[in-house]
Amino acid sequence: MTYLPNIIFAIILISGIGFFTKNVKKLRRNILLGHDVDVSDNKSQRWKNMAKIALGQTKMVRRPISGFLHVIVYIGFIIINIEVLEIVIDGLIGTHRIGLKLLPTSIYGFLIGSFEVLAVLVLVAVIIFWLRRNVLKIARFWKNEMKGWPKSDADIILYFEIVLMGLFLVMNATDSSFQAMQSGNVISQFIAPWFSGLSEASLHLVERSAWWIHIIGILVFLNYLYFSKHLHILLAFPNTYYGGLKPQGQFNNLEAVTNEVKMMMDPNIDPFAAAPEGAEDEVPAKFGASDVQDLNWVQLLSAYTCTECGRCTSDCPANQTGKKLSPRKIMMDTRDRLEEVGKNIDHNKGEFKDDGKQLLGDYITNEELWACTSCNACVEACPVSINPLSIITEMRRYLVMEKSDAPTELNNMMTNIENNGAPWPYNQMDRLNWKNE
Amino acid sequence: MSESLKVPTMAEFMAQGKQPEVLFWVGCAGSFDDRAKKITKAFVKLLNKANVEFAVLGTEESCTGDPAKRAGNEFLFQMQAVTNIEVLNAYEVKKIVTACPHCFNTIKNEYPELGGKYEVMHHTQFLKTLLDEGRLTIEGGKYKGKRITFHDPCYLGRANSVYEAPRELIVKLEAELIEMKNCKRNGLCCGAGGAQMFKDAEPGNKEVNIERTEQALEIKPEIVAAGCPFCNTMMTDGMKAKEKEDIEVMDIAELIANAQDL
Ligand code: SF4
Ligand code: SF4
Repeated sequence: MTYLPNIIFAIILISGIGFFTKNVKKLRRNILLGHDVDVSDNKSQRWKNMAKIALGQTKMVRRPISGFLHVIVYIGFIIINIEVLEIVIDGLIGTHRIGLKLLPTSIYGFLIGSFEVLAVLVLVAVIIFWLRRNVLKIARFWKNEMKGWPKSDADIILYFEIVLMGLFLVMNATDSSFQAMQSGNVISQFIAPWFSGLSEASLHLVERSAWWIHIIGILVFLNYLYFSKHLHILLAFPNTYYGGLKPQGQFNNLEAVTNEVKMMMDPNIDPFAAAPEGAEDEVPAKFGASDVQDLNWVQLLSAYTCTECGRCTSDCPANQTGKKLSPRKIMMDTRDRLEEVGKNIDHNKGEFKDDGKQLLGDYITNEELWACTSCNACVEACPVSINPLSIITEMRRYLVMEKSDAPTELNNMMTNIENNGAPWPYNQMDRLNWKNE
Repeated sequence: MSESLKVPTMAEFMAQGKQPEVLFWVGCAGSFDDRAKKITKAFVKLLNKANVEFAVLGTEESCTGDPAKRAGNEFLFQMQAVTNIEVLNAYEVKKIVTACPHCFNTIKNEYPELGGKYEVMHHTQFLKTLLDEGRLTIEGGKYKGKRITFHDPCYLGRANSVYEAPRELIVKLEAELIEMKNCKRNGLCCGAGGAQMFKDAEPGNKEVNIERTEQALEIKPEIVAAGCPFCNTMMTDGMKAKEKEDIEVMDIAELIANAQDL
């Protein structure tokens, strides 16, 4: 019977990790619904970007207050997880604080002591985060797209953190042998007196409960990620690795268009010649994007990575002046639609059945797309290297090239370019007139 | 004044079997827009003054395709690009300078893949080089001590990380360079980019150029310096709307040319 706790622990651990693996597989499948895109270049620069932006949080701290607080939570999160390692080993083999057997008391005490200090810092930071959202009501957290689940999600995570940090401290405070050691209980020694009235047995019960809830909480958290903006704690790394390296002003040139333009301009190509071998089977390329499958997989990865922080939206000139466009919403819509497509595939035995919906129209409206000035403020602001503008551009391409659905004034502008080589109705032959005016 | 402008074309250089030092890409605004034409002329005066052997394409120039591309018309963009590249390559152009950040960005970043590889400079970068090489001198005089702020064009700043060249030129004018609360990489758009210049804005509660003009007014400048013909229009309209027409919106090339009474 003495092995019962170990067995229960192993089952919980394995199912926790098992569910998580299942989610990761689904995530990967959904992301790979996107087009292929070549991101195999400049490996060293990509590693550097990942180290700087994801690990080093360089873009987070551009907004100093939230950046600083985030760094605390982030460091706390990573370091305190070392403690989880001990919990897992203890749980599996039935030891108590295995670290004490492996390390000298002073070093163990130092480690746990640092974790305790970090736990308090994290608690404070998280409480400030909560206040910023719910009491100060900072504008970017209260935009339209943040109603409902996104708002609850953000709060739930904060409560999670508070509970996990609290449990960690209580667990230490009620561990009488740990307290007796007088090393490492920098913070928990002040919490221990709260439990001084309890008998040895009840104290042990509190300690064990805190221990179990703590580790179960962590596993629940892990599985919660898939449904949350908190996926960014994992995906920020690949996303900053695959993020853009070119000057922000450089938009990609569509290869399918290049080929057609070449054909049109090349006098040596006979337009009536038989199509080259194999060309009949080729699906005619669709220009631009009307649904998530038309985007590339890095754009879909970005949709799952988005932290919903709204830094992009708060810097967006269109959004600042009351237009419907919000680059954050573009990313959230892309993720929501991708989830919907993923579920559709799950329900239809691995194949997507047309559901009469698409990203364009059902999620993102033309009005939003046409409000963008392509200023790149959103791209610059994003702390995890997301490019909402690239999705806006792909969707405009679809509207213009597949649907001829641009605002009339833009159609006029394009007709002018086509006819006289300028966006206004002036004759190309008059281009040098300024010289003599 | 205008008779004294020397504006040779590539065709003329070719006829003499010569190559200019640099091609001046004038752009559609610089060629046709009344306000922007003044910027074009100011820049030409400076080129003439510094004895730069430059040429323009004149009637052989055509829209780079930037507004078409940002609007989503990749076809039209690439047609324009390929046509322009054919002309530029036929003249064996190596180096291009332009006073329009949109032309600058498009030719510099998007033409190479389509076969057009050139060294491309924004006119503020080019003027800065002339200054460093001692071919051009900048006098403060007229603008000495004036409060001048620089509005970063999106396609020069964020898009291509050029923030310093225009500012260094303003400092050379011995003016007091002041910064708006959103500047450099945080610069706020004037509202014209992404083909917005050619259409009305979507419904909202304000025009983007008014927002930006208000940011400028906050720091009480005497002059707003611009480096893009479209920003220039937007900021000028903004000042008009705010009834602050005494605050001039001027291109950096104009400021330098004016300072020397060119
Ligand atoms: S590029 Fe478009 S979406 Fe992004 S900040 Fe500028 S206007 Fe907003
Ligand atoms: S796209 Fe980037 S900046 Fe915008 S909400 Fe998502 S993470 Fe934040």
